[in-house]
Amino acid sequence: MDIDLMMRVYPFFLTAAWTTIQLSVLTALLGLSMGALGASARLSRFALLRFVGAAYVSLFRGTPALIQLFILYFGGPQIGIQLDAFEAGVIGLGINAGAYMTETIRGAIISIDKGQREAARTLGLSQWQATYKIVLPQAARLMVRPLGVNLNMLIKATALVAAISVVELTYTAQRYIGSTYKPFEMFLLAGVLYMIIIYATGRAVAWLDRRVQIT
Amino acid sequence: MSDQDHFVEIRYAQKSYGSLEVLKDISLNVERGQIVAIIGPSGSGKSTLLRAINDLDPLTGGEVWLDGVQVNKSLPHRQYEKHINEMRQHVGMVFQHFNLFPHMTARENVTMAPMLLKRLSKAEADKLAEEQLDKVGMLDRIDYYPSRLSGGQKQRVAIARALAMEPKLMLFDEATSALDPELVDEVNLVMKKLAEEHMTMIIVTHEMDFAASVCDRVLFMDQGVVVEEGPPSVVFKNPTKERTREFLRKHLAGAA
Ligand SMILES: Nc1ncnc2c1ncn2[C@@H]1O[C@H](COP(=O)(O)OP(=O)(O)OP(=O)(O)O)[C@@H](O)[C@H]1O
Ligand SMILES: [Mg+2]
Repeated sequence: MDIDLMMRVYPFFLTAAWTTIQLSVLTALLGLSMGALGASARLSRFALLRFVGAAYVSLFRGTPALIQLFILYFGGPQIGIQLDAFEAGVIGLGINAGAYMTETIRGAIISIDKGQREAARTLGLSQWQATYKIVLPQAARLMVRPLGVNLNMLIKATALVAAISVVELTYTAQRYIGSTYKPFEMFLLAGVLYMIIIYATGRAVAWLDRRVQIT
Repeated sequence: MSDQDHFVEIRYAQKSYGSLEVLKDISLNVERGQIVAIIGPSGSGKSTLLRAINDLDPLTGGEVWLDGVQVNKSLPHRQYEKHINEMRQHVGMVFQHFNLFPHMTARENVTMAPMLLKRLSKAEADKLAEEQLDKVGMLDRIDYYPSRLSGGQKQRVAIARALAMEPKLMLFDEATSALDPELVDEVNLVMKKLAEEHMTMIIVTHEMDFAASVCDRVLFMDQGVVVEEGPPSVVFKNPTKERTREFLRKHLAGAA
């Protein structure tokens, strides 16, 4: 193993890791927003919205994320959507992650005992008041862990945007392999950095989960 | 528009789930300050009737009136929501499984609705919570989360939560059925106290002794109809219908 080489190139990998982190954060934010919208649609009292929510979920969970990215980035210009690679990465992965988060959020909401909403409505709270005062605060506590799983998957999925030439960790590893012919070292370096990011995120999620539990 | 003279008036209440008729033309009047018990076998429609009163389970036919206002009147969705939320503020409900809000302390369970719906300040609401929790003997646990309370304590907090909205009618759906036997009395005691204060109450219960001791009137329901109704002395001691006798025989035997 060429430790020397790894020491020489790792600053470039750190820069790439920073791009991966930015991608992850933006994707997570977009994913969460889409997930909240998707879950609201799926739980709506309007059949049309429920249908739209269900279609969103099955479409984006039912096709490879890579194909979704390709359609957006390579196919987009054909229908007038011009995005640079980073933007396409964030939007593509964010919408994809949103489909998974829709199900996570919806699952947490419907797992709250319906007696909770009933008790709130009985006191005179409106449907919306019962939702944000009683159901959501309880559901939010249940969501932390499964959203953490979504986040873990999403960070790993950012490797896909190497395929549309976003200069993140995986792409950087591939590029250095081209000039060094040392795939073992380069992928190992990328892998270790991914692991650090994912481990830190996992700890943060576990911490948050402990924080929000009711004593 | 109100041609009705009773505090609570249920007229020809009907409820079906598909082809299953759960309530078949039930009519019932309750006067201000009266306490009515509803008894009957499992599945006879007791909860359905009780929950129709605040429209938690909307009727498929018939009318419910409370204090001169029709509860289940037909209005466009938005207006209906506004109307029903306002109506429900006057009707307290206590559930078999308490349904306390687990993410709120006893105090917050009690203060949440008055602060949100009646715009009480934090200080006013705290004072109200202290009064109501004191009344049910839970003042010493005011800052406990429900997970740290026993079943009987939870139910007493749930009653305080309902009372904090100053309801003119209280509905109890088997408030003590989920409790260990030794915890039943503390909840019954609170309900007796309400009775002494002339709170109007409709109580679904399996406890015949309790019903006999606090109620002005008992309704025996079976298969979606009121089979027999009258003062407890008559319904429990000298029921006129064979079905009532049979139910009481089984039930009192089972309890003994
Ligand atoms: N959501 C529902 N869908 C279909 N059937 C229902 C529903 N809710 C209640 N029922 C049926 O309505 C009938 C009456 O139910 P209800 O809960 O009012 O009975 P109950 O007298 O309160 O019984 P229990 O003593 O067991 O609480 C039962 O046959 C029940 O199965
Ligand atoms: Mg019942």
